[in-house]
Amino acid sequence: MSRYVIVGNGTAAVGCIEGIRRVNTDAEITVVSEENHSVYSRPLISYYLEGKTDLERMKYRGDDFYEKNGCRVIYGVRATALDPSAKTVTLENGETLSYDALCSATGSRPFVPPFEGLDTVKQTFSFMTLDDVLALESALTDTARVLIVGAGLIGLKCAEGIRDRVGSITVCDLADRVLSSILDTDCAALVQSHLEENGIRFMLQDSAARFDGNTAYMKSGQTVEFDILVLAVGVRANIELVKDAGGETGRGILINNRMETSLPHVFAAGDCTEGYDASAGMRRVLAILPNAYMQGHTAGVNMAGGDAVFDNAIPMNSIGFFGLHTMTAGSGDGEMTEERSEGIVKRFFTKDGLLKGFMLIGQTDRAGIYTSLIREKIPLDTIDLELTKQAASNLIFSQDTRKKKFGGVV
Amino acid sequence: MKRVYVNEEWCLGCHLCEYNCAFANSGMKDMALALKDKKIFPRIHVEGDDRITFAVSCRHCTDPLCVKSCIAGAISVLDGVVCIDQTKCVGCLTCVLVCPYGALAPGESGVMQKCELCMGNACGAPACVTGCPNNAIVYEERNDAT
Repeated sequence: MSRYVIVGNGTAAVGCIEGIRRVNTDAEITVVSEENHSVYSRPLISYYLEGKTDLERMKYRGDDFYEKNGCRVIYGVRATALDPSAKTVTLENGETLSYDALCSATGSRPFVPPFEGLDTVKQTFSFMTLDDVLALESALTDTARVLIVGAGLIGLKCAEGIRDRVGSITVCDLADRVLSSILDTDCAALVQSHLEENGIRFMLQDSAARFDGNTAYMKSGQTVEFDILVLAVGVRANIELVKDAGGETGRGILINNRMETSLPHVFAAGDCTEGYDASAGMRRVLAILPNAYMQGHTAGVNMAGGDAVFDNAIPMNSIGFFGLHTMTAGSGDGEMTEERSEGIVKRFFTKDGLLKGFMLIGQTDRAGIYTSLIREKIPLDTIDLELTKQAASNLIFSQDTRKKKFGGVV
Repeated sequence: MKRVYVNEEWCLGCHLCEYNCAFANSGMKDMALALKDKKIFPRIHVEGDDRITFAVSCRHCTDPLCVKSCIAGAISVLDGVVCIDQTKCVGCLTCVLVCPYGALAPGESGVMQKCELCMGNACGAPACVTGCPNNAIVYEERNDAT
């Protein structure tokens, strides 16, 4: 009987399990889970603090998921060494597992810069895992002054999640704008002012130079008094297991479009990988949940002897703050055209006759039609994009295309 | 399996499918009480211009991107029908961002809702199709590979 090992127990691991089972129903699957939790929806941790979900509803799959899929899960243990020639992986509890194929779904970890005096801060938190959020929750009080370092997706979702449960929130970031990895200056300004209207204070192009107890001494010379510090500066891919075994890595574990690493019988999926961004035409870490699932599923099918390819990964984010929805996809490269009205901005980026990316704020209806133009590389001369910029519509496609989409099995 | 298919050349653009959908999923017995003077949130919508109109609802894809992309694990496939667990949905709209057909829209509360072919309500078969006056949408089997 074939034996498959998955290191990691997040979304990519679930995709991998479901991919393996698509092909092979009786192989042995072992999941090595560092966290002491069955799989949960990581991006929901801010919604948990906001009261929009709870621990039960955060379960990414039902309670019978592992049993139904015939998986053995080893909880609370890290995989420490991979031996690709012996096809074994060693765990920190001393156990050694043999595999026919292994998937590294090891995710990422918070990056903590070496701040001077960080050890003098009593209440410091990351915002990534369920344990992080439970620890942070226990520290929240309605008078607490919170300093969040990092105005990216993680830092801002944290701010939204705790806003009604603390006294004040200040967010600082070295970048000149919020969400700098996905928004340009104009779009970021719109989101920032909405956040400010909802009580979040920003210190941009500024960050902590050093900490002393409850005081942050900022690079600008200002000081910030706080009770709770949240570090959301960024993340680093967990590449070590594969790297130390001789696998090729960059900022993530390098994979091809079958999710194979450079090591034989070793696959990788999710936030730990550096795959191919089809919109930008370059390698990139695409640490988003849909990508993790799709990579995991592809890896699983291939591990079990199937033949799956995932070659149209693109960055895409749907993120709302206090009722204002923002969606971005693809790259901000190329010629930009804009549709703007009260509270709404839609920016489209085109290059070489293709839609390469978009940023939508305030009006996101049917945005998946735009996303499909990027992912499927639909030549813009075959559709009428102008028609759909104000409101996304299937009217842009030819009647024949619509017949396929709405008159057939897809 | 049976799905809803569109005959766009027969669509009159009357929007009755939207009203029948909203009513079918309201759980109420009286259509006027359920819909009159209310903004409706149907799970099917009519698109088009002054020449062409057609109704769009979930395609119940064989390989649904929304299921793979849902950050809450709230969308799943049950006997071929793509279903949403509204108690798990947090309204992030990632499914809206990925659905290539533009078939998904949130309900009144901001939580997502979607066409489940009227399997979860009292109709048992898609009310949009039953009420379509011109067979512009039909509910039938078409060559399904799976």
